[in-house]
Amino acid sequence: MTEAKASQKINPVVLAVLRGRLEQIADEMDATLFRSAFNPIIAEAHDASHGLYDAQTGDTLVQGKEGLPVFVGVMAFAVKYVIEKTATMPPDEGDVYIFNDPYEGGTHLSDFKLVRPVFREGKIFCWLASVGHWHDVGGNVPGNYNPVATESFAEGVHIPPVKLFRKGVLQNDIVDILKTNSRLPLSVYGDLNAQISALELGEKRLFDLLDECGDDTVKSVFAELRARAHLQMEAHIGQLTDGTVSASDWLDNDGIVDQPLVVAVDIHVRGKKMVLDFSRSAEAVAGPVNISRSTAIAACYVALKHLFPDVPANAGVLDPIDIVIPEGSLLSATAPRPVGGYTETILRIIDVIFSAIGKIAPKRALGNAYGTINALSLAGHREDGSRWVMFSFFGGGHGGHGSGDGLSHGNAPISMATIPPLEIFEAAYPIAFRQWAMRQDSGGAGRFRGGLGATYQIEILNEQAMGFFFGERGRHAPCGVGAGASGALNRFSWQTAKSSEAQSPEMTSKKVGIHLQKGGSVLLQTPGGGGFGDPLERPVEKVIEDFHMGYISVPQMQEAYGVVLNEQGALDGEATDVRRAALRQSRAEGDAV
Amino acid sequence: MTEQTTKASQSRYIIGVDVGGTFTDLFFVDQQTGEAFTGKLPSTLENQSIGLIEGILRALPDFSGIDTIVHGTTVGTNALLERKGSQTGLITTEGFEDVLEMRRRDRPETWGLRGDYRPVIQRNLRLGVAERTLASGQIERPLDEQAVLDRAKALLEAGCEALCIAFINSYANSENEQRAGEIARSVWPNDHVTVSSDILPEIREFERVSTAVLNAYLQPKMARYLNQLGSQMRQNAFEGDILIVQSNGGVMTLGSAADQPVRTALSGPAAGVIAARFIGQSAGFDNLITCDMGGTSFDVSVVAEGRSALAAQSSIDFGMVVRTPMIEINTIGAGGGSIAWIDGAGLLQIGPQSAGSNPGPVCYGLGNEDPTVTDANLVLGRINADRPIGGKLDRLDVDKARRAIKDKIALPLGISDMEAAEAIIQVANARMAGAIRIVSIERGHDPAKFTAMPFGGGGALHIGALIREVGLKSGLVPRYPGVTSALGCVIADMRHDAVKTINRTISDLNDAELLNAAETLWQTCHARITASETAVFDAIEEDIEADMLYAGQTHSVQVKLAGRHALNSNDLKAAFEEAYRAQIGQPLDNIPIRLINLRVAAVAKRPNLDLRAMAPKDGVMLQDAFLEMRSIWADGIWQEAPVYDRLALGVGQKCMGPALLEQADTTIFVDPGLIGEVDEFGNLIILPEA
Repeated sequence: MTEAKASQKINPVVLAVLRGRLEQIADEMDATLFRSAFNPIIAEAHDASHGLYDAQTGDTLVQGKEGLPVFVGVMAFAVKYVIEKTATMPPDEGDVYIFNDPYEGGTHLSDFKLVRPVFREGKIFCWLASVGHWHDVGGNVPGNYNPVATESFAEGVHIPPVKLFRKGVLQNDIVDILKTNSRLPLSVYGDLNAQISALELGEKRLFDLLDECGDDTVKSVFAELRARAHLQMEAHIGQLTDGTVSASDWLDNDGIVDQPLVVAVDIHVRGKKMVLDFSRSAEAVAGPVNISRSTAIAACYVALKHLFPDVPANAGVLDPIDIVIPEGSLLSATAPRPVGGYTETILRIIDVIFSAIGKIAPKRALGNAYGTINALSLAGHREDGSRWVMFSFFGGGHGGHGSGDGLSHGNAPISMATIPPLEIFEAAYPIAFRQWAMRQDSGGAGRFRGGLGATYQIEILNEQAMGFFFGERGRHAPCGVGAGASGALNRFSWQTAKSSEAQSPEMTSKKVGIHLQKGGSVLLQTPGGGGFGDPLERPVEKVIEDFHMGYISVPQMQEAYGVVLNEQGALDGEATDVRRAALRQSRAEGDAV
Repeated sequence: MTEQTTKASQSRYIIGVDVGGTFTDLFFVDQQTGEAFTGKLPSTLENQSIGLIEGILRALPDFSGIDTIVHGTTVGTNALLERKGSQTGLITTEGFEDVLEMRRRDRPETWGLRGDYRPVIQRNLRLGVAERTLASGQIERPLDEQAVLDRAKALLEAGCEALCIAFINSYANSENEQRAGEIARSVWPNDHVTVSSDILPEIREFERVSTAVLNAYLQPKMARYLNQLGSQMRQNAFEGDILIVQSNGGVMTLGSAADQPVRTALSGPAAGVIAARFIGQSAGFDNLITCDMGGTSFDVSVVAEGRSALAAQSSIDFGMVVRTPMIEINTIGAGGGSIAWIDGAGLLQIGPQSAGSNPGPVCYGLGNEDPTVTDANLVLGRINADRPIGGKLDRLDVDKARRAIKDKIALPLGISDMEAAEAIIQVANARMAGAIRIVSIERGHDPAKFTAMPFGGGGALHIGALIREVGLKSGLVPRYPGVTSALGCVIADMRHDAVKTINRTISDLNDAELLNAAETLWQTCHARITASETAVFDAIEEDIEADMLYAGQTHSVQVKLAGRHALNSNDLKAAFEEAYRAQIGQPLDNIPIRLINLRVAAVAKRPNLDLRAMAPKDGVMLQDAFLEMRSIWADGIWQEAPVYDRLALGVGQKCMGPALLEQADTTIFVDPGLIGEVDEFGNLIILPEA
């Protein structure tokens, strides 16, 4: 925690104007990379981010608005790591560092970070950084979501911070190493070039701005914006009731040992300060759902930004907050513990923070979103012998909230990723979707219903393919708020051939090496969001509309919402009153027990 | 503005009519004398044709002398924004009924997770049929024809007036989809059936379905409106042609507008850009940034070397995607009615909340208490409180505006009222400058070569600041900025676009096949254009573009091709690399290049207009156009500035900033340090003092 001091000196017009100009630089770097990246995870799913970082501490100064939200918090750690590495060997002008270390730099090996010092009059003024999720970085599983990895070596190539550029000169040896370690070298080469272009553009725009407004003015704006984010966050915390609230949730397993892993938070609110204590969470595990401390802190940042979206995106957000994570925790993993499935664990961190805050600030509360990235890859060889790798994340429902139902088929809270069109998948790979649909009854019941998850079925059109699946929420569904019900569980299954029996993973939500033949298929049914508030308080006409739209089935309508229709399909008011009374009664009895 | 003048009915008129949210603007060209005159009256939004007809009858005795009416309409746009299209049903491939509602798995805002979405076709009116075409174009499963018949009847029974048919992979082979269209049409009681491959035979199912569905959703409403308009016109002895403005800045026939109304969805700002381009070119300015400042938004668009960029798609609202070419326009929420406020971090913000035109700015006295950009301009003395634009109000309440600025902005920031008012303008200017930077610098254009051209009511107050902030060469305020869009209607070319997904590596292309595809697209476009029986063209030109990328990329680059002769791998490669260098950066070696979509447009040039007809004929010297001295606040101090009657000024007259130039539909502020000069067309050119 640090103390906030807002300065009174800086001209309010200069501050407002420069804030916009600085954000525009980061946004423009995002846009450049999205436009020119090769792999769809960056180009379509926007799994990338850019920002400006403090010269000495690496703290986030300004962040682009379009990038992956979880990177917003994590990039500062990547820059800090480079600052530490270069303490004894200071960088030269024109140097650019590249690495994918997930322990210091956050997230997982797929995310390559490029970090570039910006020099003014021979001294570092600030850092620019670019991070993007590459399509394939080696390891045992194409696309790098390896649910049975027990060491990071099975997940992909591991590059510490090295100089990609020395004094402005590209080091082709480094490029060769990177290309050689990927199944998709052209994609790696294309993405690398796109990230370099984004950094070049960022530096050019920043220089223009500094020349126009003066280095000192811009520096004072950095400090002021941080102080203001800090003050604003304090004001939000100040409105919460003092005391401690807790929430726990579980991961299905780590992919190696089939037992649930608890992610728990105790939130202590004291005046304008807040402590997020994760001490009750599980210890580090053998499988790839560990996350590093920097990733965990970034996840807290994402959760708080969703709950308090008006606070500017810079390091000031976390200034009034202490985060406690013991050594050896699932949430503070060190090398070489596997971290490939980090997305699942940070989604759970966000869920428990939502659930805990929901207990003291119901108006701000959100039902849990679907809570799993559902990484699915299908891979094989075409008739001409060339390799194909289809890799994507899949969507689900968002939680109900105090002002409405959750969004159906949204993207994960940690991301602004869109899913590629199925026609693009089908044009690129020998597959055909058989279903791309909303999943009935998957949204948690509530006064405001959770959004619906989806059903995707994909059939293999050529002779052989292998499938790899990494998901979560197979046994622990996304929670609602108050009396709001949970969303549906995640379901994954496959048929090896057209007529063979459906199988599902022993580990419920993770599986490697699924053999598929022509006509075989995979079926993924994703969770909806948690409901908000008592489903018996949902207006009857909205329940009936949900039924007519096929969002809910007859049993859900009767059992969860207590709404009964007569034989003509119209509301049976009397039977509904009786049914709702009975449900209230049995709920009261259940509470008494 | 000139008075609405009555002209002899013997002459042949071309009339541009732009129906906007507040006013219906008209621009008349007398082809016999070469003269032009304008008209303006309040819009009749319930039935736009009432205002249109009345506007014409104010100037002409009847419609017998009219050659062509070119109509910019917001019927489609408003129906989409207000979700007031017709009940529509969808027949689609079984298993994919929810593509429309699932979108591309997105959300409206990065932070907060509080979005919601309601598709224009609800789920129980989206029905599947057994059929399947693969990405290769192979029909894997034949169409269940009986099912199509059954579904169409069921949707009719459910009350649907319009029908959309959209199948998976119909871009690759439209046979099943077209057959389903024939069957459905055989039982559908009206013409309102849209088949997705007719509207957009392009890969990406959500974008194609969304565009086709929105088209069907608009068809009945648009057809009714156009029928009504046509019959009312004929009652008044009209024998000419009516053309409708499209989002791509071209015009189309009534018939095309009735069956492809989605092409008008974003036409509102297009006509203005077309006019700005024409005015600029006539006056010798080929590089323009057009700025349309309305009540709630600020729209900017780039004209580089006389050409506008076309965007492939746009969203009307979250999840409401229209993928038809439209003039690329960037919009930010900073208009005259945009509200100034202090955010939780204590930062001054402008918009996106707007007071609109009702209740409007605080100074309107209609109930809004939050200060707006217009209030700040008023308090700073840049707007005349006694002569409000638009003529709805008698005067504006300066004291009320100043109190709102004091309470909501000055006190929280700890600065004076006047400083606060100027701060609002500065922050608004910075946002507008940001929008201009995005369309210029980010696209590789040097702003020092560009001229800003404001149109609409508010832009001319801010033009000086924009010139300074972005480093633009100059500004150009057209003689009648308030009727720019109507002028655009008159001069817009007839244009039709068509697209076809090719999706092949260029080294594998069969040149003859490609040429054949181009020919088919050309025939489609050409037929649409020549469907107009009466319109006269100088010539019909072909415009060919390709969407291309490196194999593995998913975002394509728009590549303009020199013509059909460039449809071969060498020329395609060269054109792609040039476009890639301009739009992205260094081209890459040894990566195959793919041609994704081929786009062909037929452009029929309509007769030109000599803008000199608009120039002031008996303009006066500067001192004779002087109205009064006014105290204005600029650069932190009160200054005395002369106010001139803009339309009275003669050609060649110059005024030094600070100065205000007033006319009925706009006020121009020439900032200190700038000079304004009237050119031979009556435009005011604003340049930095030498």
